[in-house]
Amino acid sequence: MTTFGLVVNPVAGVGGAAGLKGSDGRGVQSFARRRGGHERASERAQIALSVIASTYPGATVLTAAGVMGEEAVRGAGLEPVVVYRPGRETSGEDSTAAANAIVAQGVGLLLFAGGDGTARDVSAAMLDESLVLGIPAGVKMYSSCFAVSPAAAGAAVVQWLKGSTSTLEAEVLDVDETQVRSGRVDPRLYALVSIPHGGGRTQARKSAAPDTERMAVRNAAVGVVERMDPQGNYLLGPGGTMAKVAELLGVACTPLGVDVVRDGRVVLEDASERELIELLQSDRETSGHAIVSVIGGQGFLLGRGNQQLSAEVVKLLGSPPLIAVATEQKLIELRGRPLLVDTGDLNVDARLSGFVEVVTGPRASSFYPVKAPELEGKL
Amino acid sequence: MTPSFVHPYIPNSSPDAKSAMLAATGAESVDDFFVDVPDALRLRKVLELPSALVTEQELAEHVEGILSRNRPVRAGSSFLGAGTYRHYVPAVVDEIINRSEFLTAYAGEPYEDHGRFQALFEFQSLMAELLAMDVVTVPTYDGYQAAATALSMAGRATGRRRVVVVSDILPDKLSRVTDFVRLNLDLVMVPTANGTADCDAAAALIDEHTAAVWIETPSCTGALETQVAQLAGQTHAFGGLLVVGVDPVGLGVLAPPAQFGADIVCGDIQSLGLRAWFGGAHGGFIAVHDDPRLVMELPNRLFGLATTDVEGEYGFGDVAYERTSFAVREEGKEWVGTAAALWGIAAAVHLTLMGPQGMAELGETLLSRTAYAMRVLSAIDGCAISDSAVHLREFVLDVKDSGVTTAHIIDQLRRSGIEPGVAISDTQLLVCVTELNSQRDIDHLASEIAAAVGKDKA
Amino acid sequence: MTLPVAPKPALRRFHQARWDEPIVFELSAGGERGVLVSRSEPGILEVVGDVVAALPEGLRRTARLALPELGQMRALKHFLRLSQETLGADLNVDVGQGTCTMKYSPKINDALIRTNALTALHPLQAEDGVQGALEIIWRTERMLAEISGMDRVSLQCSGGSAAIWTNIAMIRAYHAAAGEDVVRDEVITTIFSHPSNAAAAKAAGYRVITIYPDADGYPDIDAYRAALSPRTAALMITNPEDTGIYNGRIAEFVQLAHDVGALAAYDQANANGILGITRARDAGFDVCHFNLHKTFSTPHACGGPGGGANAVSERLAPFLPGPVVEREGDRYYLDADRPQSIGKVAPFYGPIPNIVRAYAWIMALGAEGLREAAEIAVLNNNYLMKLILDIPGASAPYAQGRRRIEQVRYSWQELYEETGLSSEEIGVRASDFGLHYWTSHHPFVVPQPFTLEPTESYSKAELDEYAGVLAAIAQEARENPEVVRSAPHNQTVHRIHHDDFDDPKRWATSWRAYRRKYFSEAAGG
Repeated sequence: MTTFGLVVNPVAGVGGAAGLKGSDGRGVQSFARRRGGHERASERAQIALSVIASTYPGATVLTAAGVMGEEAVRGAGLEPVVVYRPGRETSGEDSTAAANAIVAQGVGLLLFAGGDGTARDVSAAMLDESLVLGIPAGVKMYSSCFAVSPAAAGAAVVQWLKGSTSTLEAEVLDVDETQVRSGRVDPRLYALVSIPHGGGRTQARKSAAPDTERMAVRNAAVGVVERMDPQGNYLLGPGGTMAKVAELLGVACTPLGVDVVRDGRVVLEDASERELIELLQSDRETSGHAIVSVIGGQGFLLGRGNQQLSAEVVKLLGSPPLIAVATEQKLIELRGRPLLVDTGDLNVDARLSGFVEVVTGPRASSFYPVKAPELEGKL
Repeated sequence: MTPSFVHPYIPNSSPDAKSAMLAATGAESVDDFFVDVPDALRLRKVLELPSALVTEQELAEHVEGILSRNRPVRAGSSFLGAGTYRHYVPAVVDEIINRSEFLTAYAGEPYEDHGRFQALFEFQSLMAELLAMDVVTVPTYDGYQAAATALSMAGRATGRRRVVVVSDILPDKLSRVTDFVRLNLDLVMVPTANGTADCDAAAALIDEHTAAVWIETPSCTGALETQVAQLAGQTHAFGGLLVVGVDPVGLGVLAPPAQFGADIVCGDIQSLGLRAWFGGAHGGFIAVHDDPRLVMELPNRLFGLATTDVEGEYGFGDVAYERTSFAVREEGKEWVGTAAALWGIAAAVHLTLMGPQGMAELGETLLSRTAYAMRVLSAIDGCAISDSAVHLREFVLDVKDSGVTTAHIIDQLRRSGIEPGVAISDTQLLVCVTELNSQRDIDHLASEIAAAVGKDKA
Repeated sequence: MTLPVAPKPALRRFHQARWDEPIVFELSAGGERGVLVSRSEPGILEVVGDVVAALPEGLRRTARLALPELGQMRALKHFLRLSQETLGADLNVDVGQGTCTMKYSPKINDALIRTNALTALHPLQAEDGVQGALEIIWRTERMLAEISGMDRVSLQCSGGSAAIWTNIAMIRAYHAAAGEDVVRDEVITTIFSHPSNAAAAKAAGYRVITIYPDADGYPDIDAYRAALSPRTAALMITNPEDTGIYNGRIAEFVQLAHDVGALAAYDQANANGILGITRARDAGFDVCHFNLHKTFSTPHACGGPGGGANAVSERLAPFLPGPVVEREGDRYYLDADRPQSIGKVAPFYGPIPNIVRAYAWIMALGAEGLREAAEIAVLNNNYLMKLILDIPGASAPYAQGRRRIEQVRYSWQELYEETGLSSEEIGVRASDFGLHYWTSHHPFVVPQPFTLEPTESYSKAELDEYAGVLAAIAQEARENPEVVRSAPHNQTVHRIHHDDFDDPKRWATSWRAYRRKYFSEAAGG
């Protein structure tokens, strides 16, 4: 049956046009409107839905009432089934509640329009096996669960409706906007979600590389495991690739936190910065290494979403302090831009700058440039 | 540099096209496009090559002139094999593989090249019947590569290194395989007994470290292995895999190795519709059972049937598309590239023309002519057959009691326009008989060899 | 309607052949024969008796051989129909498969090889009866040595990837001879080099380090320096890379490899843009390879047979595959006495049909003609780039505003963001106009990629037609996206469902597997 879900955050994007760094919170939204900001999530949702409607004019969309989806669905000429009604003024809780109501109907894919805040709210719902996909409409876009454009989001839904089952793990990152507005960027990793991915009508040939990004993630994780020495403490950073590493090691891990693994066992679970420092100080005999993946679209290895791996922690690590891991595709998508570190300590940043060997698979790696934006600013 | 001719292969070498296109690109001259090639790397001379033969007629005369120095031996008078075999190729095979569509298509895309996918799916399917195995890949380069890959697959699937080689392997094939697998596998050779596997000696070497036991049937001396089932039992008892190299040409009458427990079967398709081509037209095949454990290890393309949006339409595509990524050990991963697809189509046409009856008759003809040749040649004084195995197409004639060397025999027979076989030592001649060698040809060979060893037939 | 006939519309109203042809097994009619086989004479049977009945147990086939039974004309018709349902390069403007150099494969070369003097030649015949074949090999090797600037050439490989394997196998043997094979366990390549370089190096036992492009699209030379070490065995690199951008610092890359004792291998599978312009040796390379089925015009044949030529400098010559062809006076002979050779990489002496074709192609052009081929291939490419970049939604990432050599990796990313239609969907739609479309492999080094390589073979009018079709599809994507999304419309078959390919319980890898799984038919054995 051609059914999917939709949640629109009606105020997403309002802050951007007003020159603000986000649109979270009612105070900010009314301030933004006074500065000339306007909501764009509904129009962008409608673009995505129009793409779907051109292939599936009879598709059913489970959604929330009014501006939270119903209007966009009707605007695209599709039939809404309203399963949630927000109050007069919507909030982040409404996004979560709407997502819960839609998923409860057994919908396999939930489309949402918004930004990082919306992604965070939607991913707070009980998604179970459901896929999500973001229609980019927000101001903050650190998360990797968004399609590149509204039309691309619509096209991905079409592929999924046609039966494509290929998926990818994606990160939901969000910044505390009050901090961004005051100059500090401190995004946290809130969730890992599954997004639909690929599923074309032809298959590429002559490829020696893995044929899909999902297999590439697995290969990269195999490459990491291959390099682990039983005599080391490995600080596994957050993210989907690390989850794959943990799976290969046969240990349970904290997807959004830092775990320490030694000789195939978890010795510290969901560790805080303090706990990491204590462990590394108490066990000076054992060489410590942080295994980090590229988080978000900007190419950060440290300082975004894994703040537990602080400058103080890095100082206590052995050589090399970082084992970076990424798929070839992820490195390509940096389009020649360097990887970034921002530990808050310029000396540590300087030590990590230069080139890092990035593990991309078993016996496969790359030497890739690393820069510290903070350091650049100071020189 | 503007050449003195507008070349028929290069339409835009005409001055009009060239200037119009340069104008469109805003370039002064073609040289502008090479600005990124540093001066130091620019070739400042004209390549020292023979003058161009720009007319087709000059070119044909020149190439035909060189090729006329080739003097192929008359089919019936050639008893050469050793990896490349002369079999009859029906005219329909040539008609099909010389079609522009098949000959010049790229590797093929679903939709625009549907016919190419279907032809290769049919190749897989026809081979699957012959081999009694459900999964056969599209052709790899040749039988050498097929063996190297099959053994590597066994190494990956078992996580082991040792390969116990129980048959006589063609030395060139062994050279290729050894170099290819040296990183992951160790080959242990078990000398054959009476032409085929020495099961007792092999048993002593097969253990829990054995990735594979490698049989070739026919072996490089044409001997057919009768102990496949026993070797399969010995191999499987320790969790190893049985890899069997086979020439499919005999399978119209011979039992497919899968019937006796082969896990991976590989070989060359040259005998199925390809001419000798100076040894330059080969294609390899690899077959496994429909078991994901081994299917996932196949590095080659493998096509499968699919439905389409229209009922009753067959679609095709690559089966287990991610399989190379599932390889247990990364180091075994191979590549996929341009290999031998057209030769696969030739084999498909050939097998279709032959049908079950044709393959059975061909197998019978090969067996009986081989047996006859063995009989008449061993009747020559001082000549003997080196073993008592059943042979298909090839056998070793031992001439050590004849008082002459194989080089002498070959030299003498070449004077009569006969290639009597391949000298594998001073006293051993590898003789190959196919359906192209009639009884008269074989009798003639026997009388000439008898003359060469200075004795008449007893 | 009466004459005159209206002019042809701008877009070709193509439809691929559609014979709705059954699988060959479905055509079987019991008892029909496609060809008869030579049977042993009564004289033989008298002597040997019934050999099949006499086979020992375990040798004789007992189960029915379930091959189809077709009369000759029906078999012919079936495969002719399948050929018609295939779009050969001879039939289309085959510029869509960039990197693969789909140039014209001259018909005279096909005619020249179809001679008994080649097809019936056995590789182990007396040397004096195979002088023509040996001479063609010898001459072709010498010409490719001159074209690459290298000292020796081997034509034994039957494909490009096999030639890449041979490059790394020779390098491995070279380091082994110097006692350095254990310490030198790394190979460096670039992400824009053909993936077979990384795959072959891995298969040969190496760790592979891949260098990414800098923001301008050139391999990051500083990252490369950081990666080089005494562990480096080889640099394996393509130039120009798949972007069509020539790396002007290539000699420096090679020198840096040599500085740490490593060798440098040049993937010149496609050398079509630089024939007679610049040579591997001039940049310092130790080894390179050419694909005969790209640069040297031999047909792609649905995926082979192709041909690979390995060209090496003097120091790698001892490691070439053997035997090699030598000449003494007027005579050509095979030299197998080469103790350091890596041995055989294929049966006998190489894919002779393609070696003769490549020889004839070079002879038809000569030095001037080769250079003209390169220059026109590059002119065609830059002309086509102009036409493509005029299409809204198409772009050529990296090296903005610079010229390209023989191909360009373009991107439909802008069109994708606007319409949600992927490069793949645009490509499949292009097939509706009788054009070969592109496929791209993961990872996508540019987003929504398509790589066009016009070679020297296509006329200006054909390039205009190709660009015109893409422009029309880009317009369709905006105005009538569903017609693109639901393509193909004019092909032999319609949209193929992929659902059954990846499930071991459902995939059907052969007719017998299909019958067994879906119709519970017991297979023959």
